[in-house]
Amino acid sequence: MKVLVPVKRVIDYNVKVRVKPDQTGVDLANVKMSMNPFDEISVEEAVRMKEAGIATEVVVVSIGPQQAQETIRTALAMGADRGILIKTDAMVEPLAVAKLLAKVVADEKPDLVLLGKQAIDDDSNQTGQMLAALLDWPQGTFAYKIEKDGDALKVTREVDGGLQTVKLQTPAVVTVDLRLNEPRYASLPNIMKAKKKEISEKSPADYGVDITPRLTVVKVTEPAARSGGVKVEDVAALVAKLKTAGAV
Amino acid sequence: MAVLVIAEHAHGALSDATHKVVTAASKFGGDVDVLVAGENAGAVAPAAAKISGVRKVLKAEGETLRKQTAEAMEALVVPLMAGYDAVFIAATTTGKNIAPRIAAKLDVMQLSEIVEVVDQSTFVRPIYAGNAIMTVKSSDAKKVITVRGTAFPAAGNDGSASVEDLAAPAAQSKSEFVSEEMVKSDRPELTAAKRIVSGGRALGSSDKFKEVIIPLADKLGAAVGASRAAVDAGYAPNDYQVGQTGKIVAPELYIAVGISGAIQHLAGMKDSKIIVAINKDEEAPIFQVADYGLVADLFVAVPELTKAI
Repeated sequence: MKVLVPVKRVIDYNVKVRVKPDQTGVDLANVKMSMNPFDEISVEEAVRMKEAGIATEVVVVSIGPQQAQETIRTALAMGADRGILIKTDAMVEPLAVAKLLAKVVADEKPDLVLLGKQAIDDDSNQTGQMLAALLDWPQGTFAYKIEKDGDALKVTREVDGGLQTVKLQTPAVVTVDLRLNEPRYASLPNIMKAKKKEISEKSPADYGVDITPRLTVVKVTEPAARSGGVKVEDVAALVAKLKTAGAV
Repeated sequence: MAVLVIAEHAHGALSDATHKVVTAASKFGGDVDVLVAGENAGAVAPAAAKISGVRKVLKAEGETLRKQTAEAMEALVVPLMAGYDAVFIAATTTGKNIAPRIAAKLDVMQLSEIVEVVDQSTFVRPIYAGNAIMTVKSSDAKKVITVRGTAFPAAGNDGSASVEDLAAPAAQSKSEFVSEEMVKSDRPELTAAKRIVSGGRALGSSDKFKEVIIPLADKLGAAVGASRAAVDAGYAPNDYQVGQTGKIVAPELYIAVGISGAIQHLAGMKDSKIIVAINKDEEAPIFQVADYGLVADLFVAVPELTKAI
């Protein structure tokens, strides 16, 4: 089974995001960037599938600026086989990302596209589902567990209320949730090895996909600040406060 | 101008989330129709017909729609969209699973988890775990929108819409429902609860989580939540997780017990009306958003609190 893993370069999840004073967006200058945490989980799962003899090849693809190559290298150091960088400095919306990925799928013919359920920058949670629709493939979103079942995949999903299991015929799209696995840290020898792995470079135009945004950002603002409260001395004082506020 | 709302329901009961989505759809304007699809749609449709401001209810039942899989819902909804300017659906795991599939088929860029309808093409949504709020204008002819329930009040129940039947889509063989394992609980649902008691990693074990959190929640008639750390450690089921990638809640009272307050957690609960934090680390970031903070050993303070209220 060949697995395609799309990865996104985003602000590191530990960085405190700052909104630009001119309200055009958030400040990305000199901010630490990393692989989207959900994508790390999908890379890890694909590599584990390879180690288990289920996956034959793991191809990583990223759409973004030149520096997205570093994100691809991280995935290669974790154990992916090769990378594709679709280079653009433009903002690419999930719909356009899905269209580009559909073209990559046409070239690469994977049996499974495994991606993070959402990116922690725009919190859209759309790309995997959109890709599945464009390809007319079945989808298993928010995966908690992925098992091979003959030619099919059994995907257990995190849903409101508990867990749901679906069986998907391959080729399929699966998006991963937090508890699927714990991603590994790449070892130094593997980081060195990853430097020799192939990354091919493309552009959105090579695929003939129009990436013009459909959404225009009117403004980006700070959320309403929550006024800091008070510390109470003990449980009795807390109960008194809650009673006064009518909360209990 | 007409809007389609896809109803959220389970076990034959209409979810309160649907009422909130109807409010958001009404702000968009035009006639609001509600689609009730899936298992028990027949039982749920009359409740949907009572939602204030609804023109008509479309009901679709059938084996293919039973569990509202995204593939079947896409096949049902996409042809219907010829008659609608927008589709609104709750940003629940069901809505998030379905909506982007519909958007892609319509060649539309979806607007995820909106918290405000400014006008028919302009919407407000949080990004970066709620650390920035984006106002965005869509140039697409049709809108596909998921709605954050906590941002809109629930519509009333004084409507009397008609109910129409729709045929279920034909079976497809690419995906099938196998099983589900639902957490059984008599408690209020997290996203609809007026009070929530949430536990964090400081509880130390699943047993302690039950021993400390549950009695307080019982006393308050509250739903039970958890931080990601507590869920990852296996102290609570995944369904309890409050935060950026879990549930977004905004109860009247949120009691955070042994939760440090990572931004990913704050993103899920900072719109709560009153926040109480109990934590022995006085530097914990949770205190920056708490109305009432108690620096104390939770194993002593929480049982004491349970007794005192």
